[in-house]
Amino acid sequence: MADPSLLTVCALAKSVPGPRLLFGGLNLAVGAGEIVAITGESGVGKSTLLNILAGLDDADGGEVAIEGITFGGLDETARTRLRRERIGFVFQAFHILPYLTLQQNVALPLALVSPDAAAARVEAKAMLAAVGLGGRGEGYARDLSGGELQRVAIARALVHRPALILADEPTGNLDSETALRVLTLFADAARERGAAAVLVTHSDATAAIADRVLTLTTEGLVERAR
Amino acid sequence: MRAEPGLWSGRLALGWLIAGEWRFHPARFLVTAVAIAVGVALGFAVHLVNGSALASFDSAVRGVNGSADLSVKATSRLGFDERLYPRVALAAGVAEASPVVQLEARIGTARVTLLGLDILRAAAVTPTLIGVRPRGSDADGAAVFDEASVFLSRAALERSGAKLGAVVTAAANGRAVPLRIAGTLPGVADGSAVAVIDIAAAQWRFDRIGRLDRIDVKVADRPAADAALARMMPGDAVISTAQAQSLQGDALSRAYRVNLDMLALVALLTGGFLVYSAQSLSVVRRQRAFALLRTLGMPRGGVVAAVVAEGVAIGVIGSGIGLSAGYGLAWAAVHWLGGDLGAGYFRGAGAGLVFQPWAAIGFFAIGLLAAIAGSAVPARLAARAAPAAALKNAGDVLDPRQRVAWWPAAGLLIAGGVVSLLPPVAHLPLFGFAGMALLLAGGIAGVPWFARALLAPLARGAIRTVPRQLAIRHLHGAPGEAATALCGIVASTALMIAMATMVTSFRGAVDDWLGQVLSADLYMRTNAGASFDPATRTRLAATPGVARMAFGRQLALTIAPDRPAIALVARPQRGVEDPQFVLIARADALPTGLTPIWVSEPAQRLYRWNPGEVIRLPIGGGTRFAVAGVWRDYARQGGAVLIDEADYQRLTGDTGRDEASATLLPGSDAAAVTQRLRARVSPMLRGQVDITQPAVLRRFALTLFDRSFAVTYLLEAIAILVGLAGVAATMSAQTLAREREFGMLRHLGLTRGQLGAMLATEGAIVGLTGALAGIGLGLVLAQVLIHVINPQSFNWTMDTRIPVGTLVAVAAALTGAAAVTAVLAGRRATSRSAVQSVREDW
Repeated sequence: MADPSLLTVCALAKSVPGPRLLFGGLNLAVGAGEIVAITGESGVGKSTLLNILAGLDDADGGEVAIEGITFGGLDETARTRLRRERIGFVFQAFHILPYLTLQQNVALPLALVSPDAAAARVEAKAMLAAVGLGGRGEGYARDLSGGELQRVAIARALVHRPALILADEPTGNLDSETALRVLTLFADAARERGAAAVLVTHSDATAAIADRVLTLTTEGLVERAR
Repeated sequence: MRAEPGLWSGRLALGWLIAGEWRFHPARFLVTAVAIAVGVALGFAVHLVNGSALASFDSAVRGVNGSADLSVKATSRLGFDERLYPRVALAAGVAEASPVVQLEARIGTARVTLLGLDILRAAAVTPTLIGVRPRGSDADGAAVFDEASVFLSRAALERSGAKLGAVVTAAANGRAVPLRIAGTLPGVADGSAVAVIDIAAAQWRFDRIGRLDRIDVKVADRPAADAALARMMPGDAVISTAQAQSLQGDALSRAYRVNLDMLALVALLTGGFLVYSAQSLSVVRRQRAFALLRTLGMPRGGVVAAVVAEGVAIGVIGSGIGLSAGYGLAWAAVHWLGGDLGAGYFRGAGAGLVFQPWAAIGFFAIGLLAAIAGSAVPARLAARAAPAAALKNAGDVLDPRQRVAWWPAAGLLIAGGVVSLLPPVAHLPLFGFAGMALLLAGGIAGVPWFARALLAPLARGAIRTVPRQLAIRHLHGAPGEAATALCGIVASTALMIAMATMVTSFRGAVDDWLGQVLSADLYMRTNAGASFDPATRTRLAATPGVARMAFGRQLALTIAPDRPAIALVARPQRGVEDPQFVLIARADALPTGLTPIWVSEPAQRLYRWNPGEVIRLPIGGGTRFAVAGVWRDYARQGGAVLIDEADYQRLTGDTGRDEASATLLPGSDAAAVTQRLRARVSPMLRGQVDITQPAVLRRFALTLFDRSFAVTYLLEAIAILVGLAGVAATMSAQTLAREREFGMLRHLGLTRGQLGAMLATEGAIVGLTGALAGIGLGLVLAQVLIHVINPQSFNWTMDTRIPVGTLVAVAAALTGAAAVTAVLAGRRATSRSAVQSVREDW
């Protein structure tokens, strides 16, 4: 059984201007090595929930805690530090910086913490090899396909050994075959490192790799039977 | 500012970010660095040239004055009574005194300052003015006491082309005297053309018996000497020091130099705006990159640090290049235009370039500051963006319904207008320049509102072609984006139009004035101190073909030792009756018993001599005069005073005249009369008289005017070129950034030709908007230049004349340049396949 204390969400509520309630009384607990998929209709607030979990957006009520540290008690600087050190991100649009080498892209989270370029290079090289892109570190984003770009993004999300990985539609821009390969890689790498992962998706196929699938509604998260 | 935690530890990531951007967009950085370099180069060059000119002027003054502690100087070339000398020599606190006769002379064609010295006295007070014979010191003193010997400085020797031992003719004060060059003046600085003869010979041979022009003083007790000398000063002499002389030189050209400095800084300001434009666009383009880094844990300050660090790099590189280029420019300017850049302030003082390390540091800092300021504003905007939203948004978020605020612009414009009306500080229009800066900022802040207002009718109306509709709606919806591209061009256009309007108004006013004052048919003028005596005047007036002849005297009059001399003009006709005399104000009533004088506009403004006031001038022992009126004069920046010829002669006893104007009988041939007039002056005087027709004088005056403003035109042209480069860079950056939009439009069926038409329309509208805003703002700034800065700097007023041709040409050039740039950039942006364009991730 996974350790439920890694990510804890209690009675979270969020409305958007209108005002319209996105969700209220939302509770969630994700343990180390566990992958949770969150699905729901468009506009229901999946990305907003992810932003709140990352400390990029504020909830109207409730608490989010990562490894026991609640966002509510942190200022922006502390949230930034927590995000830098304990959270990894994977985006639908990859967001690989075109003017950095792939190795530099992967090493960015390390470079934000330490100026040790040599150590960052070694880690990034190993991580690229782990996602099947060994020897491509000096290349640039324009040399890669969509699936390869997302593997670079996964490498970047894991390189600094985060406790939590947040993924927003990580396969939304990929064909189904590539998506499956990328997802398998993502799940294996996350589990291998003991990281908790929350991924937001429309796709049932994507959700299928998760340990739990939850549907977001205005009342909160409803666990879907497998 | 305290650094955020994580900022320093994240420096590796920041370094990658900056280096990556530079590697991918080197041209953008190069253009912005060059914009800063141009501004720094111009500012530094102008400053170096001005400083070098002043240094050489100082050196020339010291060359003529020797190294006296202080001098008693005549207020005009009429000199003062030599009986003052023994009193000065015996005054309390004075150790030694050396009497001097000083004349403007010519040796051959070379203009020199001829000094008559008492060698024994001068040896103690001004030893640098003592001559040395070719072989060693003139120990026996025979040559220096010889009335036929002259000693020349190196510059005087070179300019006269004569050799040591040769006999030359020195012409001064209407006399020509043969003198043998007995030796040189090694103590006189290079560049100063000085000749020294015995004082007795100078007084006797050059008709200066009983008069002195200067007494150089070596003091034993300065306060005692100052007090004693002040008590004994007659009305036609003042006490002067080397420092006061320097101040006089400084005051002579100060306004001109400050104005040139300001104009050069305009180019730097434009460079700063260009950095702002380029950095703003770069930040918009990288918004998602910054959002990603913020999501990955880079502190908010990291974004600011990255963009500002780029600004620092641009500033360091641009300023470094600018300083080197500025030194080269200054060298070239001194070499080809002279130390006063052709303005004629320091004629005869050859300038050598002097490097000024503090100025270099100052301009480097200003360049750096401009680049940092240009980066800081976009950096702060980038840091404020919410990372999650920025990551989701694919591009610019435009909302055509969003209102564009007009009040910041209106506030700045009103503040600018109010500030520019404040009085000058230390005779400099500092508030005028501050007002211009505020007006400029207000004008630029108002560009988005102006663009929206201009395009609103077009956006509302039905437009037939899709490309044109898209172009207009894009600009109407995103006027701020257009304003970013335009701020550099609006700034440089506005300043160029302001300068062009001021110069056109000034030139037109001078031209009209010359037409009024040059109403006679022929003008005569003597040089090298020569004059027309009464007998010559009678002969000249009786020349066949001459209907009327008026003679006058013009001499420099020192009012204060640290201010430029004013011109005292004695003419036969009074005030309103004289057609050469444009009266702009007159006294309602004058105090009785006082001699009336008329002051020029600059004299009125400089000395606050208003009509009806009683003033004292240092002629005739310090006579009191009543100011009867103010006349227009664009010729003498230091001011002039007109006095009736009879009053002048009564007060000074001077019977000489050095200028004349002749009105010819109808049908007389000017050339023939010129020959006859020349024949009627004595052979000795003939070589020292110039006879000119008014058309020649007018042409000469306007040529001088254009020469004075040549540097201004050059600086304006450079400012507009920097602005055009800015609009080209920003238009192309904005166009390239819309590659995906163009791909989408091509998917919808727009052809490349239609896209080209859309971009040409957009470019033309942006260019036209910039031109209209720049011209409007420029005409407002011109009012500050014409009615505030010009009167406060040069003490001249004038009416506004609009250079319509220039305005039309600028509008056409800007519109065309922006359209062509947009189309060229558009070709690159649409060169890839439509499919690739829409799939582009960044």
